[in-house]
Amino acid sequence: MSTEVSNVEELAIKDYKYGFQTEIETDVIPKGLSEETVRAISLKKDEPEWMLEWRLKAFRHWLTITKENEPAWANISYPEVDFQDIIYYAAPKQKISLNSLDEVDPELLKTFEKLGISLQEQKRLTGVAVDAVFDSVSVTTTFKAELSKLGIIFCSMSEAVQEHPDLVKKYIGSVVPYTDNFYAALNSAVFSDGSFCYIPKGVRCPMELSTYFRINTSGTGQFERTLLIADEGGYVSYLEGCTAPMRDENQLHAAVVELVALDDATIKYSTVQNWYPGNSEGLGGIYNFVTKRGACRGKNSKITWTQVETGSAITWKYPSCILQGDNSVGEFYSVAVTNNRQQADTGTKMIHLGKNTRSTIVSKGISAGKSNNSYRGLVRVHKKAENARNFTQCDSLLIGDKCGAHTFPYIEVANKSAKVEHEATTSKIGEDQLFYLRQRGIAMEDAINMIVNGYCKDVFRELPMEFAVEAQKLLSISLEGSVG
Amino acid sequence: MENTRSKDWYISSFKKIEESLNGESKTPFHELRKNAISKFEEFDFPTIKNEEWKYTNIAPLLKYNFKQVTGVKISKKDIEKFLIPGLKVNLAVIVNGNYVPELSHFYKQPSGVRIESFRNMVLNDPEFLMKYFGKYASIDNGFVALNTAFAFDGTVLYVPDGAIIEDYIHILNVSGAEGENVLSQPRNLVITGSNSKVRIIESYHSMADNENLTNVVNEVIVGENADVEIYKLQNENMKSFHVNRTQAYQNRGSVFTHYSVTFGGSIVRNDTNTLLDAENCTGNLYGLYLTEGSQHVDNHTLIDHAKPHCQSNEMYKGVLNDSSRGVFNGKVFVRVDAQKTNAYQSNKAILLTSDAMIDTKPQLEIYADDVKCSHGAAIGQLDEEAVFYLRSRGIGEELARTVLIRAFANDIFETLTSQILHDHLNHIVYAKLK
Repeated sequence: MSTEVSNVEELAIKDYKYGFQTEIETDVIPKGLSEETVRAISLKKDEPEWMLEWRLKAFRHWLTITKENEPAWANISYPEVDFQDIIYYAAPKQKISLNSLDEVDPELLKTFEKLGISLQEQKRLTGVAVDAVFDSVSVTTTFKAELSKLGIIFCSMSEAVQEHPDLVKKYIGSVVPYTDNFYAALNSAVFSDGSFCYIPKGVRCPMELSTYFRINTSGTGQFERTLLIADEGGYVSYLEGCTAPMRDENQLHAAVVELVALDDATIKYSTVQNWYPGNSEGLGGIYNFVTKRGACRGKNSKITWTQVETGSAITWKYPSCILQGDNSVGEFYSVAVTNNRQQADTGTKMIHLGKNTRSTIVSKGISAGKSNNSYRGLVRVHKKAENARNFTQCDSLLIGDKCGAHTFPYIEVANKSAKVEHEATTSKIGEDQLFYLRQRGIAMEDAINMIVNGYCKDVFRELPMEFAVEAQKLLSISLEGSVG
Repeated sequence: MENTRSKDWYISSFKKIEESLNGESKTPFHELRKNAISKFEEFDFPTIKNEEWKYTNIAPLLKYNFKQVTGVKISKKDIEKFLIPGLKVNLAVIVNGNYVPELSHFYKQPSGVRIESFRNMVLNDPEFLMKYFGKYASIDNGFVALNTAFAFDGTVLYVPDGAIIEDYIHILNVSGAEGENVLSQPRNLVITGSNSKVRIIESYHSMADNENLTNVVNEVIVGENADVEIYKLQNENMKSFHVNRTQAYQNRGSVFTHYSVTFGGSIVRNDTNTLLDAENCTGNLYGLYLTEGSQHVDNHTLIDHAKPHCQSNEMYKGVLNDSSRGVFNGKVFVRVDAQKTNAYQSNKAILLTSDAMIDTKPQLEIYADDVKCSHGAAIGQLDEEAVFYLRSRGIGEELARTVLIRAFANDIFETLTSQILHDHLNHIVYAKLK
């Protein structure tokens, strides 16, 4: 057993597959953060006055909460972030108005190919509209014409600010106000770009919308701002996937994602996150401090978060649902994998406000190596939320004796008709299960993969087809050889 | 604002008592108290900003200047109504935090067993006391600091190796005095040797109808292969404030079982912790709380698995009526190398009214891989189908509900070994539900 174990452990030290850096000229604002930086970003993007005002308000608020109120409650530890040592804006030097893929810098296209998201391929074969975010500015948008026929707006945030100011004005910050938390304030002040999507009344988006993020310029913090609105009866499924080049310096990523679902609308938001986790000693890697929140504003609305988190040195992320509308539904499916010295503190919040609201939480944590993986969740049933229903299952799998798995579920119930259930288990891979597979001639590693994949099935099932395959691959790469 | 005033009040009370101590204020034991009061000065009372006190706001408690009261006359007859009918016990009576020998009585014990007042120990055998005192219940908040600073009386129980105490030891605490807001801060110490066995009932009652504060710290050392059971019954008046810290330390092969039953009190906070610091230990924590009116009951537990091959079971249940509020925070900690740990936790609560509230946080922190840990939490109301089933058999609605709640609560009592104790608790539940 022990020799097998060490063989397997060797395999664990597998290099980050997507570690490369593209040589592209970039347009960078000098390091540091001040009102000047905020103004400069806004100016570069040629934003209207109201947007700048909003950024400045957020920045001033951020100044008041800095230092002692920097969130420290999460079960993670990292050296203090020097916010003056970050480049807040980096855009590839390239004309942004493009009509077809041919005009895109071939160097850039190669990068995407290495990532396995060849735009042409995807455009032709899979029917996925990709709004690729390369560092901070969207450089290419596909399938836009097809979508616009249906009245769907799918563009970069900076474009939306220019062309759909009413919608942006109405919804930005309405789910995650800039006063929400430290990183949300920071993001509101300096966000560079992101995706914007609006699904009009009664429209079902015919394809999976997708965006890929990459952090490229060394030392750039990427501050994405994504806003998704599904109007009455609308439906959209949105995919977000991430990889980043190998770096030694820690990179900060503080994104904000806001979802708004009105009456009878449904939003599915799926994420596969595979940023550079740092090397096996915990050096480098991305700090992923993200605020994701969806508001089920309307009756019978539904928001589903599905996430597969395998990357980042530190993940600090709680995709949440505010169930305001009666009969609204919130769902959260998560697989979080940590290996080596990664730290993850992730979970969800389900805030039940409306009548007959329902929520489901399925969280699967896998920790290996010397990593720490925490589930932190809140289920709150307000006084007026009659017949609220929640089911939570959070399981942790431990691989190796140096890792940690933690659960911090908060349950707050103020209505007697609520039914809230919470179940959690922590264990290692069953030896009898392993033995069963091994004695049928299945290699150790394959056996473990099989068991882990089975363990995560509840979540993978929720992912769109294209993502499910990628997620399974990612999982086996992250775990390769980590089993003891 | 309230907080600062309260803090000063207790510090000045301490100084006053210190002046009246004469020679005792020079003893090494008093140094421990002085150290604790300076810690109290540093910590102050916890606020809801403290994660451990997030759901329990103790501000109402700070409105009163509680003070230590001595010399309240109380007769054997007054005590009788607090006893458990039909149960043969060794009785230690604590009135307003002070041990009263006249009311206490003990049967003949195996040789070497010591049951004494904490006061006696401080005066006559401080070396023995200091071997254990404060070594287990670390001062990590204002209440423990305050109790340690005011550690003047309570009960000390020493059970030597191999001794088995047949009958229950009932530590009966009574608080209150007409027209006074009484501060009781008993400090109890239980030390058991290897292969010993003892069962302790720790009950709290009120005399007058005033607001009182009881702030208890218990330290329990469970010897090798020893079996210690503690039954804590909180039945003070509905205005009382009650803060209890029980810290157990378990040696190899020991079994520690703790029952916490809360009926009374306006704000009640229980911290029940056990450290399983050797192999093959078992820790059992059970709890039940029935609340009504505007009661607030907060149960915090910590099971700290420090060594391999241990197991723990935990079950807490609550029934919340009117506008009462319940809090449960159960933490299971499995340290590095505590392999083969089995930890099971369950916590359930029923809300009877739409004004009742429950906040629960079952928490697992695990640093070893070969473990089996699970926790479950469920919050809901009585099953309407079950009510219907009973009603369809001609049982009135009210009785049907009472039957179901009693059945819900009975899960906790089922494990009790003493039928008398079982009946007594069941009876209180029944009376309370009426």
